[in-house]
Amino acid sequence: MSSTWYSLIGLASGVAFILALKGLSHPKTARRGNLIGAAGATVATLSVFLYVTPGKDGAEAHSLPIHNLGWILGAIALGLIIGVPAARKVEMTQMPQLVALFNGVGGGAAALVAIVEYLNLGDTATTAEVIFTVFTVVVGCVSFSGSIITFMKLQELMTTRPVVFPGGRFVIAGTLVAVLGVSVWVVVALGTTPLLVLAVLSLLFGVLFVLPVGGADVPIVISLLNAFTGLTVAASGYVLSSTLLIIAGTLVGASGTILTRLMAEAMGRSLFGTLFGAFTAKPQAATGVAEERPVRSGSPDDVAILLNYARRVVIVPGFGLAVAQAQHTVRELADLMISKGIDVAYGIHPVAGRMPGHMNVLLAEANVPYDQLAEMDEVNPTFSQTDVAIVIGANDVVNPAAQTTPGCPIYGMPILEVSNAANIIFLKRSMRPGFAGIENELLYDPKTMLLFGDAKASLTKVVSALKAL
Amino acid sequence: MDAMAITSIFVLSVFVGFEVVSKVSSTLHTPLMSGANAIHGVILVGAIIVADHSENNLELVLSLAAIVLATINMVGGFVVTDRMLEMFKPKKDASAAAKKEDEAAKGGQK
Repeated sequence: MSSTWYSLIGLASGVAFILALKGLSHPKTARRGNLIGAAGATVATLSVFLYVTPGKDGAEAHSLPIHNLGWILGAIALGLIIGVPAARKVEMTQMPQLVALFNGVGGGAAALVAIVEYLNLGDTATTAEVIFTVFTVVVGCVSFSGSIITFMKLQELMTTRPVVFPGGRFVIAGTLVAVLGVSVWVVVALGTTPLLVLAVLSLLFGVLFVLPVGGADVPIVISLLNAFTGLTVAASGYVLSSTLLIIAGTLVGASGTILTRLMAEAMGRSLFGTLFGAFTAKPQAATGVAEERPVRSGSPDDVAILLNYARRVVIVPGFGLAVAQAQHTVRELADLMISKGIDVAYGIHPVAGRMPGHMNVLLAEANVPYDQLAEMDEVNPTFSQTDVAIVIGANDVVNPAAQTTPGCPIYGMPILEVSNAANIIFLKRSMRPGFAGIENELLYDPKTMLLFGDAKASLTKVVSALKAL
Repeated sequence: MDAMAITSIFVLSVFVGFEVVSKVSSTLHTPLMSGANAIHGVILVGAIIVADHSENNLELVLSLAAIVLATINMVGGFVVTDRMLEMFKPKKDASAAAKKEDEAAKGGQK
């Protein structure tokens, strides 16, 4: 294949990626957009096998097939064997951490590509190439180790709370200075050893960078690391003289940055605060022993009676609902209430679940009709006319502390103002605080009734109690 | 490639990237992030190029590792995004699909 054809195919793939991102921005075209992206990536991958890229110094191209063909195909097969089943089998509730993991391995791949090309170029590398290599290695490694930590936080393999240790910010700042210093060393000294030292330090920095991030901010960090990985791909595109990689990487870097900002806005977080949380985080005062305060707990029958005489009910689903796999049961309850002439809506917080839009995916999986899903801005003014708000497995998104307690980790996040409803029902497993680890005053409100237990079991009981009325 | 051409491509891509996602509802944030995530899996192309260039075992091993990771990123990313978006079906056949999936869910849960 001539280099013109190769470049044209690369360009076509680049256009496919633009169309993919464009499509993914609208519900109607989203799925098609994703398929267009997949097609672009497939074509780009196939084209590399049919064209021999010139080696260093534009050295004479060897003939096809490309070197190490068997090994390459084997490695792709291995990647397919690992990646496809993981993507197919993952529970929708665990999807955010899978996305984090995929992002991390992508960053790792970019860093490895840069390292290999660096070893390969040896002394012939230009200063610009070395600088881009250093960038790719640093950011790719940060993205890799940072994503692994977010994965562990979301999978709850480690604490979801911010991990802050005394003097932590000095350690982080020191690591960053070391990373920058070694980067200069690599550019000046051009050796393999400095590059490996740089990789190790960058991996360490990635870990330290993400550790102080609290559970609620993790989605923003995933999105940010996603944008980072995009930029590393663009940088390695420079080193490899691949227009396609430059276009694709830059697109992801730019759109990822915007997306990160949109997410941060939806959560009422400043991007700056999240980014530099690592440097500003202070060890939090211990939130105190869980106080023994009276709460009002009720039985499924109490809940059913309350619902039966309500005119308007708003269901506020949270991650706990999804964990209990209660989406189908909650739809059953909603259908039952609608058949009794009760006005039912779902109040969806933009970041309900573990990621923005996650709850919509989870409810769509249970075929809840779209027109019953109300976004936060729509539903908030209606709470004062709502008789019952049922909060199922949600906590942080309704916590008034976000409005009343400056300095708490979620302060400033817009919340669903369920406290304006006449009655509030919380379905909870225990009094344990939510993902962000903050006590919720609403639980002690006199108009709140708590129904303890697994969300699915509780809802099933409520449904049968309501049927009997 | 000359530096000016690369800079032009880079700057234009930044603006296209900004433009295409500037207005997107929060419902689609997660699939969009996941889709963008899959797109940077195209680093697979770079990994294959360096595997072709490899001159010794160390380089080959590292580049093969890069190929495995990049493939996981790219293919896994597109598959999981498709699974997410599968849920956003047009309303018309939603009720029919609902029944089918309910039964499937009941059968599957036990």
